[in-house]
Amino acid sequence: MATYLLKRLAGTAPVLLLISLLVFLLIHAAPGDPTLMLLGEETNAADVATARERWGLDRPLYIQYLKFVASTVTGEFGKSFKYAEPVSQVIKARLPATIELAIFSIIIAILLAIPLGVWAGSRPNSWLDNVGTTCGLFGISMPSFWLGIMLILLLAGVLNLLPTSGRSTYGIAGPEITGFYLLDSLLQKNWPAVWDALTHICLPALALGVNMLGILMRVTRSSVLEVMNEDYVVTARAKGLAEKNIVWRHVTTNALIPVITVVGLELGTLLSGSIIVETVFAWPGSGSLLITALNSRDYPLVTGIVLTYTAAFVIINLIIDGLYGIIDPRIRY
Amino acid sequence: MESLTLESATESTPGRVARRLPRLHVKAFTGGLIVLTFIAVGVLGPALAPHNPNKQELTAMTKAPQGVGSSHVLGTDNLGRDVFSRVIYGARVSLLVAFAVVFVSGLIGISLGAISGYFGGKTDFIIQKLVEVVWAFPPLLLGITIMAFLGQGLFNLILALVVQRWIPYCRVVRGQTLTLRTREFVVASQCLGARNAQIILRHIIPNVIQTSLVIGTFAMASAIIAEASLSFLGVGVPPEIPTWGTMLADARIYISTAWWLPLFPGLCIFVTVLGINLLGDGLRDILDPRLKRTGAGM
Repeated sequence: MATYLLKRLAGTAPVLLLISLLVFLLIHAAPGDPTLMLLGEETNAADVATARERWGLDRPLYIQYLKFVASTVTGEFGKSFKYAEPVSQVIKARLPATIELAIFSIIIAILLAIPLGVWAGSRPNSWLDNVGTTCGLFGISMPSFWLGIMLILLLAGVLNLLPTSGRSTYGIAGPEITGFYLLDSLLQKNWPAVWDALTHICLPALALGVNMLGILMRVTRSSVLEVMNEDYVVTARAKGLAEKNIVWRHVTTNALIPVITVVGLELGTLLSGSIIVETVFAWPGSGSLLITALNSRDYPLVTGIVLTYTAAFVIINLIIDGLYGIIDPRIRY
Repeated sequence: MESLTLESATESTPGRVARRLPRLHVKAFTGGLIVLTFIAVGVLGPALAPHNPNKQELTAMTKAPQGVGSSHVLGTDNLGRDVFSRVIYGARVSLLVAFAVVFVSGLIGISLGAISGYFGGKTDFIIQKLVEVVWAFPPLLLGITIMAFLGQGLFNLILALVVQRWIPYCRVVRGQTLTLRTREFVVASQCLGARNAQIILRHIIPNVIQTSLVIGTFAMASAIIAEASLSFLGVGVPPEIPTWGTMLADARIYISTAWWLPLFPGLCIFVTVLGINLLGDGLRDILDPRLKRTGAGM
């Protein structure tokens, strides 16, 4: 399996190179001059020329691309036009917010979907099953950004329970250690900041996790239904084991194998979803950064973010492929 | 005794069939009904809409829903445009985009999948490399990047959504074709001297169309959400075309003052997608007897 994964990893490099070229060309061919967008329409020609020279926009496209590839290899991705900093640093500053949000969404989705799926699958056609399947169907059909808006309207607007934007209340968080507010606050034992971070992350995480919740619930239910008919479950029942023990100890542990792989596969969708949910909740992550970068035609930053997301997506898929073999020893590469 | 059993069995047969039929198709039926209703609303849009969706009434700005029978059933937006009329026209655009995306991506995906699986070798390698590159992008991200390049527009939006949506068809059809090409009826056609294009069109594609139908249904749901997402982010259709996504984007800053602005277009997206997913689930249950028996397809 190690040879297979190494081969796959080696195969990933040309794919990423091709993607970088594709994104680079797409962004550079897009209408709109970044110099005019960042300096303003009324800037004089001399300033525009200086800016173009500084950002290397006056050079031929292939030189610009080669420079970009060279800076990508060093892990810098070039310099952002808007922030005048290396792209890698701009992304690094915003990435923890996105990862923190994604992790929370997955936790919410798993905590709600698995019990619901197991209950539904272990009692097919019962009222619990009907509730579960309806939840699953609603989950996969719900546009996450609309749910976000509705949550803001209801929980924040009408009931005034939770904050609607940002990661924390100004001045409450301590100094940054990891960039993950919740973890930082926990490390510093700053309990008001922990609570504050939790209240801020609740709504966006729920909005982002709702699709995964629906999918996981449906997969768990199907998987439990299949496992319920296996011989070892019949044997456990014949031995007189309590139904609760059979479901949670024998069925769930085996039914979770496909669920784990689906979690991995859905991470890519979650990454994309974060772009739109971050915009709704003004969450200062890399997704909302992408929209800002696109609007200002910040070429290096857009290419950097797209490549980071794509690389993450490719690597996650690779890890999932590796996990198949570990989780299910029957799978051999 | 024997005649009694036979009699009761014959008596109960129509009843049993009647009981089984609606249960079997209830999801497909409900989903189909929802989808058909929205299609009808989309097609009959101009006849149903009480106002021009872009007409601004500056004396009736941000009016709350006034109920059935009033001039603005679902209220008006910040520019005094009728929300009900905009929602109706929104159905038109959203469904048009979704149908176009599903049709074009299905056409490309099924063709490439069948070619890839049937010919194998270098053709298969090139097509699968293309699949690998396009599939490496997280969904939506590629759409956003392409739209940034092409600019807002209905045609551009369809193109941006098609770019990644042909992949599921291609992968599944390729897999099925790999099995089909070794089957007797294909080998027999080859022996009788049929051309490859003929075999693909007459024998391969009719056998993969059922699965593609189910993929198409779910692809339509995802296309509606993707269209709304891109329009919401401001990279979809131009703002003057009313779609559910652009309506939600416009409504964002009025969430606290005008609840009806984000509620209705979002609800339409949700109900349509729910209907399509129900239809897809139902079709899958009907077409795959194994899932029907276990109920695992839920």
